[in-house]
Amino acid sequence: MNQWQNFSKGILKENPVLVLVLGMCPTLAVTSSAINGLAMGLAFTFVLTLSNVIISSIRKIVPKIIRIPVFIVIIATFVTIIDMVMHAFVPDLYKALGIFIPLIVVNCIVLGRAEAFASKNNVLSSLIDGLGMGVGFTLILTVLGMIREILGAGSIFGYKFIAPTSDGILVFILAPGAFLTLGILMALNNLYKNKMSNKPKNN
Amino acid sequence: MSKRESSLSNLALTLFIIAAVAAIMLALINLITTGPIQKAQQQKEKDALREVLPSFSDLKTFYIPNIDGEDSLKVFEASYNGQIVGYAVSTYTMQGFNGKMELMVGFDTTLTIINTQVLSHAETPGLGEKITQSDFKDQFRGKNPEKFKLSVKKDNGDVDAITASTISSRAFCDAVDRAYRSLKAWKGGE
Repeated sequence: MNQWQNFSKGILKENPVLVLVLGMCPTLAVTSSAINGLAMGLAFTFVLTLSNVIISSIRKIVPKIIRIPVFIVIIATFVTIIDMVMHAFVPDLYKALGIFIPLIVVNCIVLGRAEAFASKNNVLSSLIDGLGMGVGFTLILTVLGMIREILGAGSIFGYKFIAPTSDGILVFILAPGAFLTLGILMALNNLYKNKMSNKPKNN
Repeated sequence: MSKRESSLSNLALTLFIIAAVAAIMLALINLITTGPIQKAQQQKEKDALREVLPSFSDLKTFYIPNIDGEDSLKVFEASYNGQIVGYAVSTYTMQGFNGKMELMVGFDTTLTIINTQVLSHAETPGLGEKITQSDFKDQFRGKNPEKFKLSVKKDNGDVDAITASTISSRAFCDAVDRAYRSLKAWKGGE
């Protein structure tokens, strides 16, 4: 597999949210606004890429039966780092994301990529894989956040485009809105994939 | 994965090294970030004080008894050239929609509310979150709780609650009310 395919598989074909359906907890919980989704995605990409690189580079010296505790220690270290750095330099964002930064530790995607990819492939491939998955995750969280913010609050990235005193469709800011929006995005992705796979037959 | 032997010493050594490297890295990052984290928190308090108090030259910090519980409330006494111009009370409520909400409330010497500022909250984004916006907060400005009843209209008070966020509005009133009553009791007993 060439590196471009390796990178781009995370965006549509094996998108962690839409296709693998991993990491639902932050996906549904923090996407009440576009900026929250974007920040969560970036923090996640940072952790995933670095942990992928480290795990890949030590894959030959870690005995197999203790690989899971080793993965967890590495992932937890990077999560704690981003947690402290965000707390220090972007306190407002840190407050908005709250508990979901520490929870990246137990995010299935990170451990999943470590186990399924980084522990079997070389450092470069793992780096690209981490970036691709991270971009895919960030993209979906941002789009989800944008849709929910536009419909629910009438603003985009915090800029309100409807009358400041009026409200949007409140349900989209609340939990049910997250499920509805995510479901529609998944359906669209499946529709697109079906179309793509049918195309050769029609021609 | 590895072709290394899974002997006990090998396992222990690998785990030890990984954990030690992780610990050292975290210690370093902690060293770097402790300062900015504290500074950001102090800055926030300073900004809030400037928001809720008239211009002042000196600030005295002390604690007054909380009228509703065992904890004490932090008070900033602002003075301008030796003359006391107001008090800022750092108050809280546990009745927020998702738990604790912390406010800074500024009073002048007649205990009229100058302004309020939300320090931290966990209200629903887009709903209860509006307690931080001036649309809601401004109705407290310049009101003396002696005449302005600090509860929402649904509870026969004078405060206009936020649509669909009565609980958050109630919690906000509760925190302001706690600050007012504690400060009043402390001033009365001074």
